[in-house]
Amino acid sequence: MTSALMTSSLTTDVTRESPSPPRFLAGEKVAKPDEGAALAQSEIKISVRDFDFFYGTAKVLHGISLEIPARKVTALIGPSGCGKSTFIRSINRMNDIITDARGKGTILIDGQDVYGSNTDVVELRRRVGMVFQKSNPFPKSIYDNVAYGLRIGGMRNKRQLDDIIERSLTRAALWHEVKDRLHASALALSGGQQQRLCIARALAVDPEILLMDEPASALDPIATSKIEELIYELKDNYTIVIVTHNMQQAARVSDRTAFFMLGRVVEYAETNTIFMNPKEKMTEDYVTGRFG
Amino acid sequence: MQRHFDRDIEELKHLLLRMGAMVEDAMARSIRALLERDTALANEVIASDDEIDRMEIIIDQKTIELIAIMQPTASDLRFVATIMKITPELERIADLAQDVCERTIELNREPMLKPVSDLPRLAHDAQAMVRDALDAFVRADAVLARRVIAQDDNVDALTESSFRNLLTYMLEDARNISSAIRLTFIGKYFERMADGATNICEMVVYLVEGKNIKHTALAAADE
Repeated sequence: MTSALMTSSLTTDVTRESPSPPRFLAGEKVAKPDEGAALAQSEIKISVRDFDFFYGTAKVLHGISLEIPARKVTALIGPSGCGKSTFIRSINRMNDIITDARGKGTILIDGQDVYGSNTDVVELRRRVGMVFQKSNPFPKSIYDNVAYGLRIGGMRNKRQLDDIIERSLTRAALWHEVKDRLHASALALSGGQQQRLCIARALAVDPEILLMDEPASALDPIATSKIEELIYELKDNYTIVIVTHNMQQAARVSDRTAFFMLGRVVEYAETNTIFMNPKEKMTEDYVTGRFG
Repeated sequence: MQRHFDRDIEELKHLLLRMGAMVEDAMARSIRALLERDTALANEVIASDDEIDRMEIIIDQKTIELIAIMQPTASDLRFVATIMKITPELERIADLAQDVCERTIELNREPMLKPVSDLPRLAHDAQAMVRDALDAFVRADAVLARRVIAQDDNVDALTESSFRNLLTYMLEDARNISSAIRLTFIGKYFERMADGATNICEMVVYLVEGKNIKHTALAAADE
């Protein structure tokens, strides 16, 4: 299963990059700072420039600049407290609800400023769906969970709702498991199924971007692999940003990886580069488990 | 932070170096057996090859285990990949030393041929390349590795001149043909040992720099 998840730009990467040297040598650092392969302008979905974030007076993100490609999976990795969750929540302004929290700098989605004065936050969150670590289905039926956002959006047509719900559950790889019990309580589903239901709920309102904050960390290995397969399927149609503590998961599912440390992006490059030839010593130490 | 994995890597490195020492020894003794026409020594080298083969199996197993259990990344991954690629090169070099000994035993049953001036040099140069390749690995020295790779052309030239030399002997007297052909084979074996050293050095460059320098002509053509 995992082989299909690996991207294939190995040859170009290994010949181009200058990674940090192996640790058992006493050798000097060869790494050069580099933002990784540049993305073509047309491929960029989310463009972040000099973004800072504060909780009160505490600055937790320092000058984050990242270009996140469309219809690709971008993984954010880093030790606890490095700012990756704060960062992902800044993309759809989930941090707005935290008092005393504020961002500075720009986050553009398709060139439009997320923090611009004329941004409709509700519309933004429709375009940018989010899946959390703990699955959080509403205490309603499976059907009503997926229909929730659509009904809020004013959709009443039963046939239309049925169609979208089937399509969303199918895309979330859950349809075949629940199609005969759509009106049963969502809380009766297993943890992995609940998480896929939350993904279906996010997909129902037809977002362009899916933010996933440790979507599989509370799941067993089989449910995890289902979510990973799903992520792989979804990237054909959605731009996905995933925060994960599981480095092998980042390696398996993502096209690009950003390594965060103390509120800064240490290295951002193709995932193969990060896991085979990282250029920064700090990245090397983190992905090989020497700290973190 | 010292990791459990670091101990595994040290152990793997140690095993490979032990295998390397055995291969160097086999190569040195095969050269001595050839130059001193020592059949007993040649037989010893042939007998010792099983031990090297056993080492290869142990290293292979250990490497696969490490991948399965530790899922190495970055320099750890490159190290494990390097070990996997170097081990069969070493095993092949040992097999070639064994082949030298087999031809030596056959040669010793025949009258001695006139000296082939470039053959001892070829043998010693190939031996030096293998030794330096292993040193480059131990010290993770990409500079030395590149220097070894550069010597391969020299070994190729010596192989060619030995062959021409032997060809002359064959043309001079048909009774020389049997021995000369065996010596031609031996020249080729040493050339291939040097190729093995070159391959090891290419992996050392990959280990240190993360660059694949194999088949550079191909890469240049792709660009």
